[in-house]
Amino acid sequence: MSTHSHTDELVPDDESPAEENPAGVTLDDGDETALSISLGAKLIARFVRMHPAPFVLSIIGGVGWAAMIVAASIVLGRITDEVIEPAFDEGIDGGTVWWAVAALVGVGALRGLTVVVRRWFGSVTEARMQRSLRSAVADRLLEMPMGSYRNRPTGQLLATSDVDVTTATQMLMPLPFSLGVIALVVFSLASLWSADPMFAVVAVLLFPALAWLSRYYTTRIHEPAALVQQKLGRVSAIAHESFDGVMVVKTLAREEPERVRFDEAARDLADERIGLARLTSIFEPLIIMLPNLGMVTLLIVGAARVESGGATIGDLVQAVALFGWLAFPMRIVGFLFQALPRAVVSIARVDDLLAEPVDPAYAPDSASESDVVTESTARQTAAVARRSAARSGVPEAPEVPAPKPAVVEELLPEGPLSLELDGVGFSFGDARVLHDVSFRAEPGEVLAIVGSTGSGKSTLVNLLAHLDEPTSGTIRLGGVETTALDADELRAAVSVAYQESYLFARSIVDNVRLGRDVSDEAVQAALRRSLADGFVSELPEGPATVVGERGVTLSGGQRQRIALARALAGGPRVVVADDATSAVDPVVESQILETLRDGDTTMLVIAHRLSTITLADRILHLEDGTVRGIGTHEELLADPEYVALVTAYEDDAPVEGVGAQDAPTGASGVAGGKR
Amino acid sequence: MSIIEPEVADPEAEAAHLQNATATEVLRAGVRASPELRTGFLVSVTFAIVVAAGRLVVPVAIQQILDKGFTSEGPDWSFIITACVVAYVAIAVLAVLDRVTLLRLLTTAENVLYGLRTRAFAHVHDLSLAHHSETKRGVLVARVTSDIEVLAQFASWGAISWIVNLTLIVVSVIALAVYQWQLALIVVVVLLPILPAMRIVQKRQLRAYDEHRSRVSDTLSSISETIGGVRVLRSYGAVRRARRELHESIERQYRAQLVARFYFAIMFPLSDLFSGLALAAVVGVGVWWGPGWGMAAGTLIAAVFITNLIVQPVAEIGEVLDQTQTALAGWRKVLNLLEEPVDVVEPEVSEELPNTALAVELRHVGFEYEPGRPVLFDVDLQIDAGANVAVVGETGSGKSTMAKLLCRLADPSTGEVIVGGVDLRRVGRTQRAAGVRLVPQDGFLFDTTLIENVRFGRPDASDVDVMGAFESLGLGDWVQELPDGLATAVGERGDALSVGERQLVALARAQLADPGLLILDEATSSIDPETERKLGYALATLAEGRTTVSIAHRLSTAEAADRVIVFDAGRVVQDGTHDQLVAQGGVYGALHASWIGNTRS
Repeated sequence: MSTHSHTDELVPDDESPAEENPAGVTLDDGDETALSISLGAKLIARFVRMHPAPFVLSIIGGVGWAAMIVAASIVLGRITDEVIEPAFDEGIDGGTVWWAVAALVGVGALRGLTVVVRRWFGSVTEARMQRSLRSAVADRLLEMPMGSYRNRPTGQLLATSDVDVTTATQMLMPLPFSLGVIALVVFSLASLWSADPMFAVVAVLLFPALAWLSRYYTTRIHEPAALVQQKLGRVSAIAHESFDGVMVVKTLAREEPERVRFDEAARDLADERIGLARLTSIFEPLIIMLPNLGMVTLLIVGAARVESGGATIGDLVQAVALFGWLAFPMRIVGFLFQALPRAVVSIARVDDLLAEPVDPAYAPDSASESDVVTESTARQTAAVARRSAARSGVPEAPEVPAPKPAVVEELLPEGPLSLELDGVGFSFGDARVLHDVSFRAEPGEVLAIVGSTGSGKSTLVNLLAHLDEPTSGTIRLGGVETTALDADELRAAVSVAYQESYLFARSIVDNVRLGRDVSDEAVQAALRRSLADGFVSELPEGPATVVGERGVTLSGGQRQRIALARALAGGPRVVVADDATSAVDPVVESQILETLRDGDTTMLVIAHRLSTITLADRILHLEDGTVRGIGTHEELLADPEYVALVTAYEDDAPVEGVGAQDAPTGASGVAGGKR
Repeated sequence: MSIIEPEVADPEAEAAHLQNATATEVLRAGVRASPELRTGFLVSVTFAIVVAAGRLVVPVAIQQILDKGFTSEGPDWSFIITACVVAYVAIAVLAVLDRVTLLRLLTTAENVLYGLRTRAFAHVHDLSLAHHSETKRGVLVARVTSDIEVLAQFASWGAISWIVNLTLIVVSVIALAVYQWQLALIVVVVLLPILPAMRIVQKRQLRAYDEHRSRVSDTLSSISETIGGVRVLRSYGAVRRARRELHESIERQYRAQLVARFYFAIMFPLSDLFSGLALAAVVGVGVWWGPGWGMAAGTLIAAVFITNLIVQPVAEIGEVLDQTQTALAGWRKVLNLLEEPVDVVEPEVSEELPNTALAVELRHVGFEYEPGRPVLFDVDLQIDAGANVAVVGETGSGKSTMAKLLCRLADPSTGEVIVGGVDLRRVGRTQRAAGVRLVPQDGFLFDTTLIENVRFGRPDASDVDVMGAFESLGLGDWVQELPDGLATAVGERGDALSVGERQLVALARAQLADPGLLILDEATSSIDPETERKLGYALATLAEGRTTVSIAHRLSTAEAADRVIVFDAGRVVQDGTHDQLVAQGGVYGALHASWIGNTRS
């Protein structure tokens, strides 16, 4: 009887993707084994090229370990003949005993050392490989065009950069071990042959049987093991759903049906695992039985050889000991065959992501990267160097052709800026999202943009933020075409506040500053202008408070106000607010917009609330990707479509009641008081 | 077995509790909680001992053949052949027994885990909503998934390793002692230090792995921020900084991984070293004093092979020590959950709720989620049957808690909740669900079709009933416009529908059940205007002929209600019609001014 204890040899438990991903990575269907072996070989070759030194050392460790196993059996055999047998016949001297003791301790220590070498350098190979792939993936995430994000769900991107990278490299641990096992077979046969050729014959019968058994077992458990993962995923999904929906379960008295549903899934999982246990419980005893049968056979063969004088008792002991040490290593080869196809599937997903093009606007320029001085500059530079070395094994990304011809960079005029779109269109793939959009926002004007879902508002925001370039037409800022402007100058002039108000898990000041050269005073001023200073000062550490991941410790409205402060902090001359105050109390919202209407800042406000809309100087009505109308609220009220749209926005406020555009100054006092 | 007592088993809050529970206590409590463990487990363990003894067949055969098979006149073939045939048969029979034992142990383990998992799941649903806060939810899921999985891994390796290796060690040491007790003593003395040695390395390794795991999740959250915040990073020119930080965190993860792997690299080879020492001791002592003790050469060689048999199991137990500790901690966590008392006890005999609009009465109701932190104080309220009441108040004022008490998602800490003249504690689950219906804010849907989700409201409803419910709420067209009508899959948590649409489904569900008391938690998130209109109509229709309590976030809802109840800091501070309250001023006056200031610009 034995146990699975040595699976640890293969997958050190510092990472177990299956656990984090209970649904399980979808594996191949056993059929493609041949294909995956050749792909696997290519993958190994690619990894070796990337980090040759530690890889070679880990293989030396693996082969050395095989040599030490055989050496241990030889030492035991020699000790039998030259120390044990004489000791019980004629007696021996103390020196011989010390020699034997030293040899046994030495060979054990050396065997341990080879294991350390194999494991350590195997780990180094794997860790470096993971670092290389992870860096490449991270770079690609930073550099690929926005379009690439549309085709890839966040969950998939995360899985690729974590689970896939880990899975792709996991066979780097069993690999040197497997090579060691092959060496062990060769060394064992050689040593058995030299002890007595008949012993080698017994081994030749035994080795293939063990290897075949191990291979057969890994193939057989492949499918049920994947099924177990699937059933486990189901159990976990039901638990998540059932506990997430606990309100529904309780209010609908669905406890019993839920229990039954979970019971079935848990029973399924248990049965599948018991099915797997049926296979395991055949394999484990067999893998122990075969070498034992071999050892007894050796005893018969050995007795005959000793009788004929072809071998000594020591030769026999040596062979028997070697057989006893063989059972476990033989199954490692099976594990490699298991890890390899997974690695091939995962690396394909990693490569698929790495094949995304690079948007040159975000590609690193080495000059600016190296002049970033941090405490870890030296380490960083080394990392960059290593990374570029690692690139050799990483597919080069096709660069997106630079959208702008090399134009002499122009400068923006002083003062408030106008923003002008001229025949702007945008499509991704075959889908035309915007076409022939032309309008002009005057310097210092507040322009609201309204439109129903799918009218193209978000796309327009992306174009104004220069996250996407228009497929036709031009955008002019202060009369200058934006393509002729320096990217940094453009970003300083136009800033965007998004509805989803993404906050990073760091301090509020950092979130507002976001790495820009903005003084503490400017940060404070921006927080004041977005009316965030009140609640921020009440936080445990004020503006230095670190917001929880994704800003969970703040309410939606508070997050939006911080995101707005971020947009204001750089002193932009054009602010694009993409429904950026939707979660803010309407009164506070009005007040914020009032303070922003300072005549120096041109504002484009995507709005849903009537109160916001009526605050604007003019309103742009988008429909089906183009401009339906532009004008003041009163002017647009002549269009029944516009009336329907804005009426729907605010059930509470009948349109006929909305005449005056005066700011609700009376209400500001209340909001101010609330703060 | 003091080595497996949890020392620093769990870094979480439960650590304190777990530290007080010894391994034996956990085992005892575990056996009590799992009747599956009692059936046939002892038989399996007896088999395991026999199988372990069987591992001695080869060393004994070697000893017998070397000492008795080889006489001075050469090999005694009849003895050798007989011994080998006996050995062959024994090995084969024991392999069969091995298979039976292994399968028995693994099957028992799976059944124990199944029982534990399903009992824990059922228990979670028996606990009141007080246990289901957002923060605790992940923990509850972990109890029936990852905590049990830790146990499952332990069961398929660690637990069996303990049984198999412990018996193997004991049997081998006994066999060695039978040959020559001094050798057994020496092996035990030489091998014992391997456990503390492995323990030291293991503890460091554990810390290193913890560190590595934190670095992994750091990198992961950096990457997830890069993906989620991509628009912000790019439009603010922060890509360069993000790149630097990402690479730094990848670098830190790499370093932490190498530290952890260092301990991994030196851990297992310890057994190679100790194996060398043990063999050397046996051989050294054996050849020096053995002849004097009357040993034969074959006996010493057999002792060498038995020593080899002992080293491996000792090392394996050393390796599973840590896993054992984690598993015990996981087991303890699940057992603690099962011991958590059920706080909303269903009545044995349920009283019926009248099949009409239900009056509501709260008598001196107080409530606290955690002892000493009350969220409702002495609330006294009477709501007439058929009334349309809006409850308003700031976040945290206690209005949502009151809604939960009205449908007995928890019991009040003090006082009583009377619905339809009956204390809600005397009304059974099914009757309650039929008479009182809460339409929650988030409109959670299960990952199945629309019709199944609505049918949850009344399991015996036909397709026609379901469609009828939608139509009576004016939602027939909406259903028709969905890709597959009633058969439309709503996706995980209902993600295929918008928040507003999910509420529509929840309303249809309520309509189907025809409750006498309807509690509506209004959605706060923005709902698109079209759906908003549908929602308004459906709600008005649904409210007809029932008592309606709306947790209002909108002025229009409060204004349209017959009566407005204002909560502030866990107390009812104002109560009356909209107009009366506006005239009163106070909390409602301020809320109203704020609303009106915006919408009536």
